[in-house]
Amino acid sequence: MSDRSKLTFWLLLAPLLIWLLTLIILPHVGMFLVSLREKVGVREYETGFANYAVFFNEPLYWNTFARTAYMSIAATLLTLLIGFPIAYYIAKLTRGRSKTTLFLMCLIPFWVSELVRTFGWMILLRETGVFSNLLQYVGLASGPVEMLYNDAAIMTGLVYTSMLFMVVPLVTTLDSLDDSLIEAGYDLGASGFAILREIVIPHAMPGIVSGCIVVFMLSLGNYLTPILLGGKDSLWFTGLIYSQFITRFNWELGSAFGFLLLGLSSLIVFVGLKLSRQSLGKTMAQ
Amino acid sequence: MSETPDLECRDISKSFDDFKAVNDVSFSVPQGTFFSILGPSGCGKTTLLRMIAGFQEPSSGDLLIKGKSVLDVPPNKRPVSMVFQHLALFPMMNIGANVGFGLRQRGVNKTDITKQVERVLERVGLGGVAERPVSSLSGGQKQRVAIARCMVLEPDVLLLDEPLGALDLKLREHMKIELKQLQSEFNTTFVYITHDQSEALVMSDQIAVMNQGVFEQVGTAKELYYEPDTAFVAGFVGEANRFTAKVKGSAGGSVEMVTSDGQTLHGLDARRSLSVGDSVDIFVRPEAVRLSRNQADVAAMGNTGQGKVANILFNGANSQLILRDQTTGAELNVALPQTGEFRDLARDDVIHFGWEQQQTRVYLADGEQTDV
Amino acid sequence: MITGIPQSAGFRWAYKAYVTLFFIYLALPLATVCVFAFNNSVFPSLPWEGFTWAWFFGTEAPYIGVFHERPILRSIVTSGVVAFWVSLLAVFVGTCNAFLFVRHEFRGKGFLYILMLLPLIIPGIILGISILVFSSSVANFLEDATGLWFDGLRPGLILVILGQFSFITTFATLVISARLQKFDPSLEEAALNLGATRWGAVRAVTLPFLFPAMAAAGVVAVLMSFENFNTTLMLVGSDAPLTITMFDRLKLGSTPVLNAVSLLLIVVSALLGLASLLLQKRKD
Repeated sequence: MSDRSKLTFWLLLAPLLIWLLTLIILPHVGMFLVSLREKVGVREYETGFANYAVFFNEPLYWNTFARTAYMSIAATLLTLLIGFPIAYYIAKLTRGRSKTTLFLMCLIPFWVSELVRTFGWMILLRETGVFSNLLQYVGLASGPVEMLYNDAAIMTGLVYTSMLFMVVPLVTTLDSLDDSLIEAGYDLGASGFAILREIVIPHAMPGIVSGCIVVFMLSLGNYLTPILLGGKDSLWFTGLIYSQFITRFNWELGSAFGFLLLGLSSLIVFVGLKLSRQSLGKTMAQ
Repeated sequence: MSETPDLECRDISKSFDDFKAVNDVSFSVPQGTFFSILGPSGCGKTTLLRMIAGFQEPSSGDLLIKGKSVLDVPPNKRPVSMVFQHLALFPMMNIGANVGFGLRQRGVNKTDITKQVERVLERVGLGGVAERPVSSLSGGQKQRVAIARCMVLEPDVLLLDEPLGALDLKLREHMKIELKQLQSEFNTTFVYITHDQSEALVMSDQIAVMNQGVFEQVGTAKELYYEPDTAFVAGFVGEANRFTAKVKGSAGGSVEMVTSDGQTLHGLDARRSLSVGDSVDIFVRPEAVRLSRNQADVAAMGNTGQGKVANILFNGANSQLILRDQTTGAELNVALPQTGEFRDLARDDVIHFGWEQQQTRVYLADGEQTDV
Repeated sequence: MITGIPQSAGFRWAYKAYVTLFFIYLALPLATVCVFAFNNSVFPSLPWEGFTWAWFFGTEAPYIGVFHERPILRSIVTSGVVAFWVSLLAVFVGTCNAFLFVRHEFRGKGFLYILMLLPLIIPGIILGISILVFSSSVANFLEDATGLWFDGLRPGLILVILGQFSFITTFATLVISARLQKFDPSLEEAALNLGATRWGAVRAVTLPFLFPAMAAAGVVAVLMSFENFNTTLMLVGSDAPLTITMFDRLKLGSTPVLNAVSLLLIVVSALLGLASLLLQKRKD
């Protein structure tokens, strides 16, 4: 019996180990090793941090890196600001059928490929697009207006693409806030703003943190939206990685870039979790 | 009685769509009273309480606190505070921050808040816990913090929404006494709603029994128990044997009735409103019934009979006997006296019983009330 | 629902208006994509030239509809094949993981659990390049050592499947574990008590209980696989799945045929999404 259950255990463990080892751990170790490799000649390499040095010595690279980071932070904050009232509305001001319907309406756009969503924004925003035509039609613009290929367009797309990952955890945590706490606050003389600040937001903090972490990671690692909506000069770090790998075939530098992005993303996740005293497991289970 | 009552409701009603949750309720609560509203769930008591707190707007009627209408005052400005059913202590704040919440909203300065919070916590017997998290408290202590959180604001009226419901039985018994003590100590008007009659009976100065949106009767615990105005009150407050019967004869304030089992009962028609043929509901308290092994002991009582012991429900001082009437087979609950006289009573023993006419409470059936 | 907090009519009105605007914002791009699938013009933009089905069924250039457009049809099939394998693998491994994490206590469980969650926080593009780099070095090593070709380890469908599987498995594990956690082990004990073998009990009692979650995980896996772009982009070879094909087309300049494909995608995704929700609902 004990042998049998041991066998079961190993049989269950095997797929997990194979998956994690061959597809997650070894590839990342391998990528790290490649990033330490410096090409000195044809099939001749040296080990060192030269690729990382290239990154820090080339302003274009680390500017792009910083820009990607702060644009992602901005997108995260914007998503939170826009999404919070919506989540509050769904969780606290509707009930029954209309609640389910609104919630589903929030979800549906995200079952659709990101590519389709971004394509939609392109049709709306480009020079020959819907908005441009609309503006001309009502007389607010005299000629075609290009709204694509700028930071605002990137931001619109990022916020749009990330909204679900903010709204869902927020709705979940706000749903679990007992209405009587809000009423109690009100009964004790608090204004609507004081209740928001002292009761609603502290309660929703886990949802806010997990939403922000996920949105930040998705924005940071996003490729489609900045490339398609931001155009060639979008200067998004994933774009650099892609071009190092596919166009320039400089895998060593590309791997170093990949590692830097991974490092930044992990750092933010770590800091976010530490600040909110949450565990990865709990946050991701949302 | 020139003093204005702390709380006064005038013909207050609340309808949801086509359902009237509260129907023309009027009452007033003098300063310092422990006022309970007792009723089964769905009777409208929560709606009434929420209207007083300001969370719901009455469809009609007026609501006065200390003589001033508060209908236009939003809940965060009303001089009433509420202890919620599940207390609604803020889990994101420590105990001190919870108790000081209302003061902070009023803009009281920090040192005064700390002082007042400590003082009120001491008054409820919880001095020195301000820095601790709410979760470190026991159920009874949470209760006291919830009350302290309201009392620190010195409200004119404290509303309590079944706050003992979530506690276990032993603690509930204890908290009943404690709540009563806190109330007399603070000398604040309490309005307490509950579906638990013993909570209401033990603590209250005045009790309103509510049913289907109206007050059936308002009175002291004793009045409700011994002189229920309506069949509902008689059945809801305290235990009672209930019979349905028809009036057979009526003479000089005394009525004779026959139950559906064919048992003949006698009662008083205090209001002289019953006539032959009326359907009535009859209530007899288990402790009103005398038991005896000798017929002579009960012979002089207005209602007598002989019953076989169907079951003995031993429960210490609250032990009960279920008797089956020898002639009609009707069941009767009788309180078992704990004098030891009936200790050897066993199932299938036959025993005499009887109760006085005035212990039989008679009400017109079909929701009609004897006092109309 | 908080009915008790009175708010001014103006505030309530503004709030409602905001919520309405938000949902318009959500629906607008998708609605636009769908509408322009029926525009009788070679560009998916205004002006409106009239209604047409040509972008679905057209056969004459330039109006070649989705259903006659070879490369797109082929890439849909490719996506389908990839999604099928990803979903199969992910549900299988996810189920094993769920049993492992819910039913077994062992040293290092917490650590493995965190590792299992890691794919969620690794950007998809990095998952893609790491697998690309690793499989290429393995292929180089093997080819040097044996002199044979290992095309499976070069960019292509196998790598795409593995790459998508590498993170979709985490989702499958979470969905299936959540269900397994709700399972009352005494049911299985009852089956054992009634004479079932251990595997028999799992098959007769536990797996049927888990089935809705496994099906939901499968549907989610198909959806995620179909719309995955970042990981796929780095691993794709000559057979491109749908999203990659569409991306290449988009870069060249779009015709409403892309709208038509998108419309089909939207419809199918919505149906699959609803199916997975219904499946997950049933399990409660």
